[in-house]
Amino acid sequence: MSSSLKIKELSKKEILLAQGHRMCQGCGASIVVKMVMLAIDKPIVACSPTGCLEVTTCISDYTSWKIPWIHSAFENAAATMAGVETMYRSLKKQGKISEDMSFVVFAGDGGTYDIGFQSLSGALERGHDMLYICYDNGAYMNTGIQRSGATPFGASTTTSPAGSAVPGKIHQRKDITRIMAAHNIPYVAQASPSHHLDLMRKIQKALSIEGPKYINILSPCHRGWRSKPDDAIALSRLAVNTSFWPLFEIENGKTRVTYIPKDKRPLREFLRPQGRFAHLFQPENEWIIEKSQAKIDADWSALLAEGACEAIEE
Amino acid sequence: MKTKIIDRSNCRPVITQAGNSVALKTGSWRSLEPVLLKENCTNCLLCWLYCPDMSVIVRDGKVEGFDMDYCKGCGICALECPGKKGQKAIRMRKEEKE
Amino acid sequence: MKKKIAVTGNEALAEALRQINPDVCAAYPITPQTDMMQRFSEFVADGLVDTELMLVESEHSAMSACIGASAGGGRVATATSGPGLALMWEMLYVASGMRCPIVMPVINRALSAPLNIHCDHSDAMGARDSGWIQLWSENAQEAYDNMIMAFRIAEHTDIRLPVMVCMDGFIISHSLGIMEFLADDVVRKFIRKFTPHEALLDINHPVSYGPLIVTDQYHEYKNAQNNIMSEVFDVASDVAAEFENISGRRYGFFETYKLEDAEIGIVILNSAAGTCKDMIDEARREGIKIGLLKPRLFRPFPYEMIAAALSHLKVICVLDRSDSFGAHAPLFVEIATSLYNCKQRPVLINRIYGLGGRDFMPEHVSGVINEMIDIAGKKIEIIPKKYISLRK
Repeated sequence: MSSSLKIKELSKKEILLAQGHRMCQGCGASIVVKMVMLAIDKPIVACSPTGCLEVTTCISDYTSWKIPWIHSAFENAAATMAGVETMYRSLKKQGKISEDMSFVVFAGDGGTYDIGFQSLSGALERGHDMLYICYDNGAYMNTGIQRSGATPFGASTTTSPAGSAVPGKIHQRKDITRIMAAHNIPYVAQASPSHHLDLMRKIQKALSIEGPKYINILSPCHRGWRSKPDDAIALSRLAVNTSFWPLFEIENGKTRVTYIPKDKRPLREFLRPQGRFAHLFQPENEWIIEKSQAKIDADWSALLAEGACEAIEE
Repeated sequence: MKTKIIDRSNCRPVITQAGNSVALKTGSWRSLEPVLLKENCTNCLLCWLYCPDMSVIVRDGKVEGFDMDYCKGCGICALECPGKKGQKAIRMRKEEKE
Repeated sequence: MKKKIAVTGNEALAEALRQINPDVCAAYPITPQTDMMQRFSEFVADGLVDTELMLVESEHSAMSACIGASAGGGRVATATSGPGLALMWEMLYVASGMRCPIVMPVINRALSAPLNIHCDHSDAMGARDSGWIQLWSENAQEAYDNMIMAFRIAEHTDIRLPVMVCMDGFIISHSLGIMEFLADDVVRKFIRKFTPHEALLDINHPVSYGPLIVTDQYHEYKNAQNNIMSEVFDVASDVAAEFENISGRRYGFFETYKLEDAEIGIVILNSAAGTCKDMIDEARREGIKIGLLKPRLFRPFPYEMIAAALSHLKVICVLDRSDSFGAHAPLFVEIATSLYNCKQRPVLINRIYGLGGRDFMPEHVSGVINEMIDIAGKKIEIIPKKYISLRK
């Protein structure tokens, strides 16, 4: 049985990410990592690729990790963790280790959608017993907000700046959660820190299943999104309520929408507070918002048609 | 507290003191500080859960205040605080620094 | 009496891996390493080893997985060739920087382009600055022996660095040679039990592997890494002495052949040394005072010992099976560096042979011997660097 997810009960647990980490004020990734670890009962062994989370939590001679944690490079978190997990199986089989452990990767979208994609795909195919979390902030934030395969259509980044000839990023995001599901792994989900109970339930469910699991978690970055330091939760809530970031899970191939907004809001409400989309509100770029809205509506309808829903209890 | 990963002739790729980043007081980054108005607090603990810097102090299920050694002053706690009858239990104010 | 049998180089190394029984092996197929791992896969399939074999989707992931597994706290091996080693390049530095005692046979193969699957040393030479210890092997016996010694060197508490065991692709990996294996229990006793050090999987002592180190300490970290490399000499000597006790075979940092009274000499790595030795025997019968030096430990490089072994020669031809385009080839550079501080320096020439598996024939050796004789007799102009055995 997994432990209670009531906040009062959680507040008695030790948070396994120590104070003194050097993530930006108001960072979404920190909140995501904290929530994920609060939901886990077994000892955790974690891995992060190079990225914001990694450089801010382990700068010599200090670490914010209270658990075993490894970073080796940018493009290989899944392979590195797979190596750790394989050593664990080998030593356990030989009677050299007895404890049960949960293996968790915390990777950004660059290390997941783009450069780490091959290593991740291979690890999923080989069936390692691990949970891969992508904290998706939609660009290479650590190196200064360059566009990634996760950057939304139309967003202005430092390598897809909105100019007079090109209106920001002209490519759609990769649908990574679906791509992960296409590996036929037992559990894939999408979550948001604004819906923390849903997020933590997904973590607990994922870790109750043996084999590879993937969860994509929205992780607002006000530096890259050009918004405010206090809006990580507010923006992730808007992302869910506009269906920009639908909450669902795919368990053994069966899709289930885990949250349906009572009042699905227009995409503009999510875009408006973010400076990276400011140029879209100029008349000549309106078509981008319209096109994005049409895609979100179509995707949302398709998702609803695919997965029966259960109301979320908050 | 400091873990020497290098000593003259030897390099170790590991930091062995888990969580020793508590030595780094990130509170110095702050320009706004949270103020707790206990009368408006329902102890929902959302501020504790959402705080990216583990800086909301909770004892026995009750919000006691903020750990100013680490609070970076982002203001998520204040923005997300549901408060009591529309009155927030946390507000941000400009910090006076010597 | 020990039994001598005929095996290929890959068979010999697969057998070594079976005897060593690593906790984790992660590998990706690449010619000419493939049939070593195929053989090892059979050992895994038949339950002859405890090894968890990870068949990953690239060499990059193979090395990444080895790093994770090694940090986890167990004995780890992999194997690769040519482009596979090149794809691992970034992770080679991580493996040594994180002090992971991974052992990796490198079945030497040329690098693209043009595509070529045959032997040269461009792969391992490209990795010579990566912080790995490198042992080079003339034949299957030496590769097998180096493999077994490699684990002891890599896992030594003062070292904990990864080791490459280099062996020529096809020429050795796929050719039958006569050698003898040690008994399983002898090998297991020799390599000892693996002692984990700050293991990631020790959940009671959580550690963070792979920190960011910026300008304040990176430079010192690399200095410390370099210092550890210099300690490898003593460890490798001790391990070789112990190995001699169990095998009767003696290994130094390099091998010399008829070098003591020689006036001219050849320096060469790996399998082509065999052809050279035959031709040296022939030249000696004609009264030519020639010898050979074949490095075994290439990283760290034993400069002073090599200088002492070579400085009395009049002319040396360093034969490189790889090139540094627009510069002298890697082995030549090391030999020249070794000799620079000697009072009397031999004339050095650099000849490039055998790239992409080009046959290295007895007449090629005769060619360089004759050239050295002419240089010694001041009959010809010295050409510092040249490709030999080029087709017209």
